[in-house]
Amino acid sequence: MKKNIRLEGLDCAVCAGKMEEAISKLAGVNSCKISYMTQRMILDVVEESYADVMTASEKIIHDLEPDVLINVK
Amino acid sequence: MTTKQKKNLSRIIAAIVLLVAGIFLGEATTYGIVLSLLAFGLAGWDVIYKAIRNISKGQVFDEFFLMTVASFGAIFIQEYAEGAAVMSFYQLGEWFQGYATGRVRQSISDLIDIRPDFANVLRDGEVQQVDPYEVETGEIIVVRPGERIPLDGIVVEGRSLVDTAALTGEPVPQELLTGKSAISGCINQSATLQIRTTTTYDQSTVERVLELVETSGAQKAKVENFITRFARVYTPLVVGLALLVALIPPLLFGGEVMDWLYRALTFLVISCPCALVISIPMSFFGGIGGASKAGILVKGGNYLERLAEVGVIAFDKTGTLTEGNFEVQEIVPSDSYTKAEIIYYAAAAELDSLHPIADSLQRALGREVDRSEVDNVQEIAGQGVIANVKNHHVLVGRALLLANNGIGFESANESGTTVYVAVDGQYAGRIAIADRIKADAGSAIKALRQLGIRKLVMLSGDKKETACRVAEKIGLDAVLAELLPEDKVKGLNELFQSVPHGKSLVYVGDGINDAPVLARADVGVAMGGIGSDAAIEAADVVLMTDEPGKLVTAIQIAKKTTGICWQNIVMAIGVKVLVMILGAAGVASLWAAVFADVGVAFLAILNSMRSLYGNFS
Repeated sequence: MKKNIRLEGLDCAVCAGKMEEAISKLAGVNSCKISYMTQRMILDVVEESYADVMTASEKIIHDLEPDVLINVK
Repeated sequence: MTTKQKKNLSRIIAAIVLLVAGIFLGEATTYGIVLSLLAFGLAGWDVIYKAIRNISKGQVFDEFFLMTVASFGAIFIQEYAEGAAVMSFYQLGEWFQGYATGRVRQSISDLIDIRPDFANVLRDGEVQQVDPYEVETGEIIVVRPGERIPLDGIVVEGRSLVDTAALTGEPVPQELLTGKSAISGCINQSATLQIRTTTTYDQSTVERVLELVETSGAQKAKVENFITRFARVYTPLVVGLALLVALIPPLLFGGEVMDWLYRALTFLVISCPCALVISIPMSFFGGIGGASKAGILVKGGNYLERLAEVGVIAFDKTGTLTEGNFEVQEIVPSDSYTKAEIIYYAAAAELDSLHPIADSLQRALGREVDRSEVDNVQEIAGQGVIANVKNHHVLVGRALLLANNGIGFESANESGTTVYVAVDGQYAGRIAIADRIKADAGSAIKALRQLGIRKLVMLSGDKKETACRVAEKIGLDAVLAELLPEDKVKGLNELFQSVPHGKSLVYVGDGINDAPVLARADVGVAMGGIGSDAAIEAADVVLMTDEPGKLVTAIQIAKKTTGICWQNIVMAIGVKVLVMILGAAGVASLWAAVFADVGVAFLAILNSMRSLYGNFS
């Protein structure tokens, strides 16, 4: 399933690239695209893994940019 | 500017003032050193903090860490002013990047500010103001002058002008009246309208368009992916080089330790690929935003990039290059009749016919037919109409109709449709009817050629003569006609053979029944997308109005955007390599390195912002 997630306060373009790379490698993630300009993450994830992926993604995102607010639509 | 940005900017400026004052008092004096260290602390405390924080989280070798190392290194070799300068100007660059990004984000959300805040819905005879999400399909909404139409629907009452500019880029307002479909996002101008909704809010045009622009960042261009990969190797590479410069000459060739350490620090100063990592996505986002202002929706940077590489364009005919409406082209009377008589007989006989051709006859006549002059109308399926007009026995229809009634006539060899007219058993004339070519089709084709597109082709389901006539008139290179919908994909596959390497094949259609072709092309462009769900769904690029000229604008924007990207890549990498060479040679100081690095970021970002603006015809 595809999720459109807002990353409010995403201000570091290099970090966005690193987040994208790390989240893409998580188990259950088909694809992850993070746009620094639109502050969005489009996550294509296996439905059963969604909760785990979100927990792991949150840690990855906050390790790189602690101030980002993750807002699932 | 946000308050945080204001605070940061004053902090950076204060640091720079301290730094300059320190230099003024003398870099090596106690005052100078103290001021430099103050400037360093003021500008860089948060960078140092972030560097430590990130290391504790396992993030080493990020830009914060490297800047911290570079400036501490400078202080360590007693270049206090340079250490402070590295930190201050790095921070100034960072500040500018943040500010510019915010500005671009804001400009684009202003451009696509089409979200309605509320809907006035008519319930139990009363008008209630509700969230657009709460309105259901089939309800009546009331839109007053000055308000935005919140949901798509059909006008049931009222007549007004609406401003569609935010969606279509079209400055001329359109008239809406009962029975016409109203598009959400447009602004009602002159009078109150009542509209019966045909969708819920989340399926409405306005929400689809916003969703499209906001998620377009996820479809990245090849250049963007290249830069992401580049960034991954660039920083470790530069740090590695810095280590080599610091260690090899002193250890192996007896170079002076402090001197080579200084040279190595210039490498660290330029170790962030920030200029590129920010400016490239910014260019594409700006290009997509600028395009949406012109009424062109692009679903991602990758499509903008492929549009810029266009080598061959295939057009659908009906509805794309032509209006999709029949129009009388020519009236050829026999010797004993005039043109006016022929068109009158034809229009009168076809008065009650529902065929689109009948409409075109009425339009060509330009006045009402006197109903009392027409009787005994008999419609013969697939052939035409027989009727009494002004007490004359009139036959109007295909050649077959006249032949079946034993009437001799000169058969025409025209493209399009020919309507034959016979009066009182005698051939009286014929009328040629064809689809009208769009007003700007010819000029659009010419402009596309000027953009360097070599091959322009038509794919049409229509008869060969009809298709060729249109193609010839507007100046296309080739025509594939009489194609069934499934043949169109085959036709496109053949066209791929003629696309030069590295170029793309663009298909332009109306998006109604050519979804497979739109999907097969490198870039599928749907025209007249406003209000058409199918088109928005199937295409990669949607032209909101149905002018072929918009395609020219789209390609111009695409070319400008990718041009900006490559300028930035060449400039940024070029300057960084130059700094490395000069730094290693001991020519470039830390001053030069930090100015070069921040300067490149400034220029690259300003250059990217150009993608948002521009006058495209």
